[in-house]
Amino acid sequence: MPSYLFWLFSIVMLGGGVAVIALRNPVSSALAVVTCFIGLAGLFVGLSAFFVGVIQILVYTGAVMVLFIFIIMLLDLKAGAKRAKPVVPIVAALTLAIAFIAQLAGVLSHTPDTAAPALDPAALAQASSELVDAGTIAATGKIATALNAGSLPDVHLIGRALFTDYNLPLQIIGVLLLVATVGAVTLSKKTQE
Amino acid sequence: MATLNNYLLVSGLLFAIGLAGVVLRRNIIVIFMCLELMLSAANLTLVAFSRFHPSHGLPESNGQILVFFVITVAAAEVAVGLAIIVALFRARQTLSTDDLTSMKG
Repeated sequence: MPSYLFWLFSIVMLGGGVAVIALRNPVSSALAVVTCFIGLAGLFVGLSAFFVGVIQILVYTGAVMVLFIFIIMLLDLKAGAKRAKPVVPIVAALTLAIAFIAQLAGVLSHTPDTAAPALDPAALAQASSELVDAGTIAATGKIATALNAGSLPDVHLIGRALFTDYNLPLQIIGVLLLVATVGAVTLSKKTQE
Repeated sequence: MATLNNYLLVSGLLFAIGLAGVVLRRNIIVIFMCLELMLSAANLTLVAFSRFHPSHGLPESNGQILVFFVITVAAAEVAVGLAIIVALFRARQTLSTDDLTSMKG
């Protein structure tokens, strides 16, 4: 991804993040989170993680944030009443954030920086032959065909790993989602006296 | 081209924003949204490492699958958490953490 796109999406993401805590109305905060997640999805696509970028848009901005806005509207929250802002939380939040960023900058300044390895057609064809030799993928399968044609079959690669190496975790996560659904219904049901 | 440290710095900034929001804000729904920001910052780190430390020359798919699981668990967490918030609002008619202090020592 070209540098200017990286900085553009980063600024969208961080600007959205700052707006979440700066805006007083919860609906504005929720829309700021949506902005932030759209910038984040742009960064994911720039990292060649197309599948993750798409589910970030579909699941987070599409489903989770709609649920948030739905609950905010349902509870009919007023914009926060003007209270005297206590100084202690502001100082604590700034101290925590600055200490964290200073530590991170200290670590990063001593870490060797790496550039992204190239994903050009030659590298993809090389990866294809390596995977075929290792017996991971079939020589005539969809993944090998796409790699030899010079495109990255991101969804196929993740799907193959998900349904072979991560089959049990995938089924456990399905049970977790079922439990969460039942739990949400049970919690929001009015108790019959 | 953006390097690995650029991505780690941006993701750390997003995490710091979420952390500051959790400490600073008083509305429990906004605190919950800031938690989501922190989870997403961790996801950005995972995807950046999967791209910059390839296996067989391709982005490491294990890292992206971990992101997939994190997003799924976060979605389940949001469903249950918002149901708890609705039940809390029914019981107490407020969502401000200043007024929800019955467990404060």
